[in-house]
Amino acid sequence: MPTGALIAGVHEFPERKTARSALEIQALAARAALEDAGLALKDVDGYFTAAGSGGLGPLPVLDYLNLHPRYVDGTTIGGASFVAHVHHAAAAIAQGRCRVALVTYGSTPRSQGIAVGTRGRTAGDYLDQFEAIYGTSTVGLYALVAQRHIHEYGTTGAQLAAVAVACRRHAGRNPVAFYRDPITIEDVLRSPMISSPLHLLDCCVITDGGGAVVVVHPDLARDLAKRPVAVLAATEAVAHTAAGKRDYLVSAAAQTGPRALGEAGVRHGDVDLAMIYDSFTITVLVTLEDLGFCPKGEGGRFVEDGRLGPGGALPINTDGGGLSSNHPGMRGIFLVIEAVRQLRGECGERQVPKARLAVVHGTGGALGTRHSGATLVLART
Amino acid sequence: MSPSAKPLPEITPESRPFWEACRRHELLIQRCRACGAAQYYPRGVCAHCWSADLAWEPSRGRGTVYTYTVTHRSQAAGFKDELPYVLAWVELAEGLQVLTNLVECDPGHVAIGMPVEVTFEDVTPELSIPRFRPTARPGDAGGGDAVLPR
Repeated sequence: MPTGALIAGVHEFPERKTARSALEIQALAARAALEDAGLALKDVDGYFTAAGSGGLGPLPVLDYLNLHPRYVDGTTIGGASFVAHVHHAAAAIAQGRCRVALVTYGSTPRSQGIAVGTRGRTAGDYLDQFEAIYGTSTVGLYALVAQRHIHEYGTTGAQLAAVAVACRRHAGRNPVAFYRDPITIEDVLRSPMISSPLHLLDCCVITDGGGAVVVVHPDLARDLAKRPVAVLAATEAVAHTAAGKRDYLVSAAAQTGPRALGEAGVRHGDVDLAMIYDSFTITVLVTLEDLGFCPKGEGGRFVEDGRLGPGGALPINTDGGGLSSNHPGMRGIFLVIEAVRQLRGECGERQVPKARLAVVHGTGGALGTRHSGATLVLART
Repeated sequence: MSPSAKPLPEITPESRPFWEACRRHELLIQRCRACGAAQYYPRGVCAHCWSADLAWEPSRGRGTVYTYTVTHRSQAAGFKDELPYVLAWVELAEGLQVLTNLVECDPGHVAIGMPVEVTFEDVTPELSIPRFRPTARPGDAGGGDAVLPR
């Protein structure tokens, strides 16, 4: 059953390297997203972010924004967080807990010089004594899945690279994408190996960035500045080490995908575009399989014919994705923002013609140990 | 500080028996006395039924490589001098997966399915860390192509 909630406004902070603070980015994005929705600061009565700090979750951001919402959610499950926030906002709105939910994100790892993907973890948490001591990195933990996928299904480096090539082709049509020059499969395969089998160009970029999304009660539809986008379905799930017995080729999307499409009452063939969290090329391959766009193990063959690029049968990450446009550490909010813009027909040169239905899937954490997945089905109204 | 710049495990009461066994060069897994299920990593409750009645039992320390990655670039503390190093999930003969490093082998010759055995690095007088190396003893099943004499 559709959630009833509507996405009324979105904004993506356009800079990829900035002197502004993470809080300032969120304030500017929140203001612009509310303006986009035709709503005012005083209308906001629900607030959602994973961008807080200091063990206080959203509190510092609420202070900076001077907000006093009656519903607060600081769910932090990695990059999927902001997709999950739309899920939680829709549920809160359906329960009458709030009517105008604001989701914000801002982060500045590029200007701070943090290498998100290759950064090691310190041994502090309980689980780190069994993991971080072995030199784990984000790239490495995804590479473990890529290696197994290659072993199990005969997937090739060129097939993984095809995902990066498709995202770069989209990025070339996005004026604010971080990397816009086209790349070839050979470019990906010739780029430095980071953690085998993942090369540099199999990995997301590290940028500053942020954005905001406004989710509202359907009663507000007539008051909005633009035609809102409907949240037809919203789901989330986790997958982890499962006490030592896990098929690492199956992601949380295997749970969220069927539920989301079922809730929305749509089929894969109805989907006009998909925003698939692309921390790494392998993330996209596994997610497409688990969401059911192709049979398990067929991801490599599914992506290699240009299907994901501009003009393809299933364009993904039309903003260029994390692989080419932006990745400030957790990019779930950008998946939502771009899908909404596409469904409103605002994407100019990169517009998917007649886009009516979009699937959004966020992944957070690490596929090779533990991760979250959150799926939305969004539709034009 | 330890002689190693790598992060060291912060041992807690629930993990202490595991690390004390590592010091004796023994790899322990846990088995639930209530439901019979085994688990790794060790924890205070059975991950299958949440019973706290857990027994420690020795693993044979043998297994095969479930998956691996050769890390060429990493900011992981203490590992920069070891590049390229191998991070892997090893599946023990007891059926449990263990995240670890593969050592005493050429990273270029590691393969999924390769038989491996546990080895312990004495990091400090009090602490030994389990890693895995290709199985080398004559008569062992399998026989990966990266066997080194020792």
